[in-house]
Amino acid sequence: MSADLVVTGLVKNFAGFRAVDVSFSVEKGSFFSILGPSGCGKTTLLRMIAGFEEPSSGQIIISGRDMAGVPPNHRPANLVFQHLALFPMMNVADNIAFGLKRRRVAAAEIRRRTGEILERVELPGYGDKAIHQLSGGQKQRVAIARCLILDPKVLLLDEPLGALDLKLREQMKVELKKLQAKIGTTFIYITHDQSEALVMSDTVAVMHRGRFEQLGSPQELYHDPHTPFVAGFVGESNKWPGELITCTADEAEFRTEEGYLFRARPNIPAVPGARASLFLRPEAIFLEPEATPALNSFAATVRAILFDGANSRLLTTVVSGRELLVALPQNRAFDHIRVGDTVNLGWHPGSGVVFADGEDQG
Amino acid sequence: MRGRALFWLFITPVLLWLLLLILLPHLDLLLLSFRNREGWTLDNYRTFFYEPVYWLTFVRTALYSIITTFLTLCLALPVAFYITKLARPGMRGLLVVLLLLPFWVSELVRVYGWMILLRESGGLNYLLLKLGILHQPVEMLYRDATMIMGLVYTSMLFMVVPLVSTMEGLDDSLIEAACDLGAGRLTIWWTIIIPHCKPGITSGSIVVFMLVLGNYLTPNLMGGKNSLWFTEQIYNQFIASFNWNQGAAFGFLLLALSSAIIWLGLKITGQRLGEVAR
Amino acid sequence: MIRSLPRSPSYNRAFTLFITLYFLFLFAPLLVTCVLAFNNSDFPALPWYGFTLDWFLSAGPERVGIFQDADNLRAIRISFQTALWVSLLSVTVGVCAAFLFEQENFIGKELLYYLMLAPLVIPGVILGISILLGANTVGSYFDEVWGWDFDLFRPSFWLVVFGQFSFITTFVTLVVSARLRTFDRSLEEAALNLGATRLEVIRLITLPFLRSAVIGAGAVAFLMSFENFNTTLFLVGSQPTLPINLYLQVRDGSTPVINAVSLLLILGSAVLAVINLYFDRRREEKG
Repeated sequence: MSADLVVTGLVKNFAGFRAVDVSFSVEKGSFFSILGPSGCGKTTLLRMIAGFEEPSSGQIIISGRDMAGVPPNHRPANLVFQHLALFPMMNVADNIAFGLKRRRVAAAEIRRRTGEILERVELPGYGDKAIHQLSGGQKQRVAIARCLILDPKVLLLDEPLGALDLKLREQMKVELKKLQAKIGTTFIYITHDQSEALVMSDTVAVMHRGRFEQLGSPQELYHDPHTPFVAGFVGESNKWPGELITCTADEAEFRTEEGYLFRARPNIPAVPGARASLFLRPEAIFLEPEATPALNSFAATVRAILFDGANSRLLTTVVSGRELLVALPQNRAFDHIRVGDTVNLGWHPGSGVVFADGEDQG
Repeated sequence: MRGRALFWLFITPVLLWLLLLILLPHLDLLLLSFRNREGWTLDNYRTFFYEPVYWLTFVRTALYSIITTFLTLCLALPVAFYITKLARPGMRGLLVVLLLLPFWVSELVRVYGWMILLRESGGLNYLLLKLGILHQPVEMLYRDATMIMGLVYTSMLFMVVPLVSTMEGLDDSLIEAACDLGAGRLTIWWTIIIPHCKPGITSGSIVVFMLVLGNYLTPNLMGGKNSLWFTEQIYNQFIASFNWNQGAAFGFLLLALSSAIIWLGLKITGQRLGEVAR
Repeated sequence: MIRSLPRSPSYNRAFTLFITLYFLFLFAPLLVTCVLAFNNSDFPALPWYGFTLDWFLSAGPERVGIFQDADNLRAIRISFQTALWVSLLSVTVGVCAAFLFEQENFIGKELLYYLMLAPLVIPGVILGISILLGANTVGSYFDEVWGWDFDLFRPSFWLVVFGQFSFITTFVTLVVSARLRTFDRSLEEAALNLGATRLEVIRLITLPFLRSAVIGAGAVAFLMSFENFNTTLFLVGSQPTLPINLYLQVRDGSTPVINAVSLLLILGSAVLAVINLYFDRRREEKG
């Protein structure tokens, strides 16, 4: 597979601090997401690819062409803006035709292709509508159509779902994923919402302080985080400080500050006795497990029941008062649990990851 | 951006405008004020300080301008308050339009209207005589009080508009909260409304002051012969005496006064001209 | 105290009375002026002698109506021409200035910005004499050194145009800048991203966005120019504008023909005001 976008040693410095420092490549036709908290440098990175920011050093190659010195209006990459930036003074058709008109395409051809693309984004006959007549999701699709009609090698998307309400956002995630699969254009999508990145992407890069912490499939990031930051940022985790007792390549003995002794998976082998943290996902913890020696087990007191449908959880505390979130399956088996109850909890050693504490804590 | 050509397209007319029509003429004004027929001199300024009629007019103009600005503010505050906070929402648009309408009309027409209302044979005298309040027609024109009223009237708009727009930005709930916490009317005005409107008050006052100080028409037509305004002195030097150097000195003094008072106003309220202009 | 809070009836009554009186104060002089334009009397004063259109239509010789009054008609025409030129020039330069101050960065920008604001704090009379003096200096320089004699540098039509232009442009710049500041720069970036050149971006995206503000500013510029007195007073040559012409007539004693002109001015201003308001509304609706 060839790469549509190759970024090598790309650096952007702002007044003495390094905002971006990355290298990566994106395969043709894939959905690539850059996930990171606000201020991590992802927007700067995207704007450098689009040509709105000048890199301090490094190289951007889009489908084999070096982009150094190429102005934004001549790059084969189009950008869907965060607030979409649809031109309010034009109707839908004129917005979509804007790029083709700049290329001096014949009017009849423009009309034909505008109609086609409107079909493709499931807005047939919407050409004459004014922008303010569209719903949030429709605007979204017009913004994407406006870029896709130019057949870009790479479509850049700058958190385009951020402005939508929750329900529509869920729906648009699926639609975007389907659309990308259908047209096969390379999508580069930046977001701070881990669920958007996980649901839609083939590959996700987690960005933090201008660098990629980890790059991999959504499953890899979720199940095998390489850094404490990724463990904490992708999905929900309970963080439990303590120290390492023994440590081999695939199993560590870990003692929490409260004195519980657990077996867990070490991220990288570390010196016994080192300070470390255990990252444990709420859904990795079983409620009232059958006692087997294979499981780590302990008891906790229920402080609150956080009912949220399929995402319901218990807020529990262990002896020291440390809070732990535990998934509460909605299969009616645990309806009897009340606030104040003491429950037995257990988890597989393979599903908790221990990171030795470094300076770089998320 | 890369469009350097575009930058020159923008800056060339702006530079021509600001240099040829603003900067150079005022430098010329300054230079000429230090000259007379023989050459460089301070005589033009000396004349100003040695002739009481000149500096008295100057002080008078300054004082009356400040008084006028203050009166305009006092009148405009309740008007702006009524329109933004008391009038029914449906009425508000109409009131604002009515408020602005007279100021679209030439100042000359407005002053003329007051003249035919107030003079001895004017409408107000006619009305008061008919009603039996007066027995003798009174000349109401050509008095200082009338002139100040005329100046307040002329510059009202420039106070009301910024006040209305800042007061619109004042969240009603702040007033409600103050009331809820037991504040009286005066306290609310003093601690909530006025501090909030400070930017509007500053920009309104600056513009009104500047306009009143530099006004020629209203003092000339409504003030009569014995209530001289400093701009009339400038006019006399230019048009009647044809002493342009003397006129330039007077002009520069007026400019210095208006700049100084505006600067002082900005200093006191801690604002900047750039912000006020917005 | 405000709408949502309980108020005493006397507070309400006092405030309503105050506002009524205020609006009476605002409109009384205009109303009287308009009404007296139709009074069948040789003086713009009461009592009412009956309705007449003499001050509009009469051809003389005792009463000359405004539509027969060559002198005033000429002044109106000159004012129109002046205002047209001033609004055209000030809108062009004002739009350039708005782009310059809102979208470009250069050394000395702050300084230039303050210079642009200067006409706000320079009294109109001073502006008038400065430009008169400056033009005279340049004019006599050309005359003495090269023997060239330009009418432009003497009080004349064009000097009035430039004098008014010099401060009206500041207002246009401020109005257009305010609008430009609300412009979402990502629209420009989007257009660039879709392949437009810088000039196309301005022509297709930014200028249409500014259109209503530019039209509004142009209307205000027209009116400011049409009505300007203070600056014009010193620059006017043998072609007086309407306000100057009216001033001379008012100073030397008045006839109701001035009321008739005023009535026309009031109507004209009202029409312009309504147009401007309409564009303001549309601008707000479009957001």
